[in-house]
Amino acid sequence: MSTKSQRVAYGETLVELGKENNNIVVLEADLGKSTMSCLFQNEFPERYFEMGIAEQNMTSTAAGLALAGKVPFINSFAVFTSGRAYDQIRQTISIAKLNVKICGSSSGLSDFGDGSTHQAVEDAAIMRAIPNMTVLVPVDAVETRKMVRAAAQYDGPVYLRINRNDLPIITDEDSLFEIGSIYTKREGKDVVIFANGVMVSKALEAAQELEKKGISAKVINVSTLKPLNESIIKEAVKGYKAVVTAEEHSVIGGLGSAIAEALRGETNFPIEFVGIKDVFGTSAHNYDELLEYYGLTAKAIEEAALKLVGNQGGNKL
Amino acid sequence: MVSKDVVKLVEEKALALRHHIVDMIGLSKVGHLGGSSSCADIVAALYFYKMKNDPKNPKLPERDRFLLSKGHAALVQYAALAEAGYFPKEELKKVKELGAMLQGHPDMTKTPGIEANTGSLGQGLSIANGIALGLRLDQKDSKVYVIIGDGELAEGQIWEAAMASSNFKVDNLVAIVDRNRLQATGAIADRFNTNPITPKFEAFGWNVIEIDGHDVEEIIAALDKADEVKGKPTVIVAETVKGKYISFAENNAAFHNGAMTPEQYETAKKDLESLKV
Repeated sequence: MSTKSQRVAYGETLVELGKENNNIVVLEADLGKSTMSCLFQNEFPERYFEMGIAEQNMTSTAAGLALAGKVPFINSFAVFTSGRAYDQIRQTISIAKLNVKICGSSSGLSDFGDGSTHQAVEDAAIMRAIPNMTVLVPVDAVETRKMVRAAAQYDGPVYLRINRNDLPIITDEDSLFEIGSIYTKREGKDVVIFANGVMVSKALEAAQELEKKGISAKVINVSTLKPLNESIIKEAVKGYKAVVTAEEHSVIGGLGSAIAEALRGETNFPIEFVGIKDVFGTSAHNYDELLEYYGLTAKAIEEAALKLVGNQGGNKL
Repeated sequence: MVSKDVVKLVEEKALALRHHIVDMIGLSKVGHLGGSSSCADIVAALYFYKMKNDPKNPKLPERDRFLLSKGHAALVQYAALAEAGYFPKEELKKVKELGAMLQGHPDMTKTPGIEANTGSLGQGLSIANGIALGLRLDQKDSKVYVIIGDGELAEGQIWEAAMASSNFKVDNLVAIVDRNRLQATGAIADRFNTNPITPKFEAFGWNVIEIDGHDVEEIIAALDKADEVKGKPTVIVAETVKGKYISFAENNAAFHNGAMTPEQYETAKKDLESLKV
């Protein structure tokens, strides 16, 4: 399985978009070599604004550029775009649904060395709570390309949660990406695993192991965290016994919460969350070590599924 | 020098705006009487002298843009928009009521002529920079005007934006500081001192013009002079009085956001009547 980083795909797609549309502008807060917005800078210096280490000003400036008809992409680490500039995103951009694209780069634990200050474990929850916001979580570099294009085409604020590291490519160039759709990566009969980002490939691994134990798991890539259509989620679990969610994010407010919200009111239907258990990140030597430390593994997903349906209990919906 | 007729027109409009402000609060509402009145002359000069704008076509591409970074003073902008004809004056009576077009703070999604949602303080100058940069990319010669409060200068983002304006040599933007020297709870100098203002902006690379913010001739002259400054941003530091021309509200922090008694309402109207030329 080949691998590629989402952030390189992101930067390359910005360049493609820049060639197609003169209104694409890019703002950066001194992390261009990490977010890969530097690729756009090289091609279109006149449409690239180095805003210095001042994320709040960058965000409101982007609001102004959108008001002048531009399609601004703002860039920093996820922890800063979602956190440092939260109020700017909420007040001017989101209330008026301005056409600003927010790149939350090095999201989750993917900036493994830098520790808790730089690891965004709650960014998706923060962004998801804001009315009018769209939240996208790409599964790989290929989906990232489609997502950046979809974000540019969509008229309104979009938060893109971009991973820093090389991740397995599990989607193909020809498959469709639409904001608001979910994508089944593997069919199954007993349990549904909803996952996004790096956790989709781990869910697929878990499904293989579960198969050996006689449990058939369907794996769905929920790369649009918001808007999440309740009826699509309800339809996806119909006839199944249980749901596991898996995300590289706090169990509070992210994918698990979104799925639980969608399935509320369904009786006697077990759900288990695989995610970061309401704690901050920490430094580690490499990414995999950190994912393991926080229990973001195929094994954890497998165990969550076994806990719910291992005894073949529960009712089918 | 502009003609006496122009000055008189702006003065009349400023007086009309103050009447609208008092009437919008009336007897049943709480409102930002002080900070709306302090910048009424500036707002009148912008809408009725300086800015290219078309009330019948609020999205006119060639228009100049106006942002009220101190969005709590929305009443003065609503008064100007109604007076200019962006919407019927009857809307003013419904300000801040459920379902009203006129919200507690400026809302571009509801009110024609509002350019951005402002009111979370400290953000308007950044937004103005973004609009100005966008206009410059498109080689449009519209200007962007933004009014900032002196209390608002405590917000760090103002200074991020001030650095950005000069870094990008944004000369199609004019910031105006409504220096009424009071914030919600009292005198700025006694609370969190944002003074001095002029040396700060100069140090940040700005052209600074100091004026009496209630002298219409000075306001107009400063706005015109700002057009001549190229390669750097201009800020007009306007000395103003909170609650100007309303006797009980002048320099009174209680009317930052307050309600009027029937007696105060009568007094306010009489104070303004007495200004009639």
